[in-house]
Amino acid sequence: MKNRKPIIDGRDLVKIYQMGEFEVRALDGASIQVQEGEFVAIMGPSGSGKSTLMNLLGCLMSPTSGEYFLDGEDVSDLDQVELAQIRNQKLGFIFQSYNLLARTPALQNVILPLFYNRTSRLTDEEQQDKATNMLDAVGLGDRIYHEPQELSGGQQQRVSIARALVNDPVMVLADEPTGNLDSKSGAELMELLVSLNKQGTTIVMVTHDPAIAEYTNRTIHLLDGKVEREVKNGKEHK
Amino acid sequence: MKPIKVIKIAWLALLKSKIRSLLTMLGIIIGVAAVIIMIAISAGTEATIQEQITGLGSNLIYVSASFGRAGPGSDFNSGGLVYDDAFAIADQINGVAGVVVEQSSTQSIKAGDISLDSVTIMGTTADFPSVRDMEITSGRYFTQEEIDRTTSIAVLGSSLAEELFGDQDPFGETITVGGNIRLTVVGVFDEKGMVGDVDYDSRLYTPITIVLEKLTNNQFSRFMGDRVRLIYVEVDESVGSEGERTLDDVIYQIELLLAKRHDVTLDEPDFTITTQQDIITTQESTTAAFRSLLAWVAGVSLIVGGIGIMNIMLVSVTERTREIGIRQSVGATPNDIRWQFLTEALLLSLIGGLIGVTVGVIGSWVFGEASGMRTVIVASSVLLAFGSAATVGIFFGFYPANQAAQLDPIEALRYE
Repeated sequence: MKNRKPIIDGRDLVKIYQMGEFEVRALDGASIQVQEGEFVAIMGPSGSGKSTLMNLLGCLMSPTSGEYFLDGEDVSDLDQVELAQIRNQKLGFIFQSYNLLARTPALQNVILPLFYNRTSRLTDEEQQDKATNMLDAVGLGDRIYHEPQELSGGQQQRVSIARALVNDPVMVLADEPTGNLDSKSGAELMELLVSLNKQGTTIVMVTHDPAIAEYTNRTIHLLDGKVEREVKNGKEHK
Repeated sequence: MKPIKVIKIAWLALLKSKIRSLLTMLGIIIGVAAVIIMIAISAGTEATIQEQITGLGSNLIYVSASFGRAGPGSDFNSGGLVYDDAFAIADQINGVAGVVVEQSSTQSIKAGDISLDSVTIMGTTADFPSVRDMEITSGRYFTQEEIDRTTSIAVLGSSLAEELFGDQDPFGETITVGGNIRLTVVGVFDEKGMVGDVDYDSRLYTPITIVLEKLTNNQFSRFMGDRVRLIYVEVDESVGSEGERTLDDVIYQIELLLAKRHDVTLDEPDFTITTQQDIITTQESTTAAFRSLLAWVAGVSLIVGGIGIMNIMLVSVTERTREIGIRQSVGATPNDIRWQFLTEALLLSLIGGLIGVTVGVIGSWVFGEASGMRTVIVASSVLLAFGSAATVGIFFGFYPANQAAQLDPIEALRYE
């Protein structure tokens, strides 16, 4: 677990929203590093800037100032098209509300990122195989043709994990992944994320639940748009 | 991204809401079908009119009398055409193939046991069959000599012959006209059909001298003398071709001749000359106006259809904001999103266009059968309608597609 390359290297990240005449400094000089293979939780009270940080790290927006290197590449000042391609090839997203395409089979949902992948040109068959394997890996091999409304919350979230992993991203970003799940499904899901992390997937997760954060290696606490403190988590599952 | 995939994605999206897709297409379907049916109707009308006009005989000049130029009670004898004018034109004008004078009278007729009221007795001249494109099926037509001698003979229209004599050969039979004029049948015309609103087949044809001298009311006859209303002049086919005199030359010659005979000036003639082309031109401009009116109506319905597509696409973009956000989060670029929605709009209008073409072609036929009006499906109208549907799809799909492409991924993902 040493000498790994940094996946996230964010320096003095500032994000200012213009709300009419007022400026809201959602992020006010936050610096954050995540190494390859880490499982990091980001916590903080509402308004602390964790959603903004998540959107920045997820390349859904650019910082007002500061530098963000993702997997060694400066992504602080890219346009919409370039950001979309970074999201496609380097990132996977897990959302609180799963965000699967409605009335679309699990398999098609997982194929979606492959569909927009411009660098690796897989045939339809290869795409299907890869997506099927991903669904197998998250324990849904027998439900690949089920549509989201036919799946439980925990199953839907696992489809979204398969989708997040299908393009072999350098990092998975999870935004309150257990927020809509009961405690049992939530725990199962965290076990799955931990095991994925053990297989080498770098995961950054936003949560407000300290018990969920305990699953990770390290927790970054945000307050008023700045990093307040970082805590190493001792709890190691299995 | 491969176009085929974009089309597939769009197709699947449309299939997810079949009823809505169908309703959206309805505007385009109606618009396209309307264009095709309207143009089919006006093309059918135009073809019918053309046929009627050519059915009158081609290369015709109509010389008509301007009665009453001097007003009633004044020196009436100075106005109008006389029978002899026709012979003057035939004899003295180069380029005239035939001249026909017609004078009709409505009479009751009787043949054997059968009596008919109100039959049109057409007094006419020797060139009538050639100028009017009428053919004799049995017997013969009358000669100039018989006309000059006021011979009591008749040629029957096909339906009149059948009405009076059935399957029997009417040759040599006697027909009593107006109670006391007895005419001997010498021939029957072939079926001609309706030309304009004139039924040539139900008429009785006889030398014009019979009508002028025997069938015209005595008082009127004395008053009118041998005046005629209309002289038909058939122009020789060589007129208008290279090196020959033009139609205008022939008309001018006739004008000079008649002005001299009637002792009037060309500035104030007592006759009017109209050509077949004048009539065709009038008819054409009428049908063209009719057609462009129909085309506008149909065009407007296409635009309304397009607005329908835009409306639904805008609703669809709003409704599928979340979907757009998801696609953006996994790497769809603004262009990917734009193409997806543009393709949906295009598919809607193209499929709608295809259905519209089908409905239009079938509808034209059904309308023609049901109304008895003639409809002619014009290939270019099908292409035009289909092309406009596609254009409408692109035009009205562009704005919603752009709205979708410009969505902010964060906002879109947060949208409930």
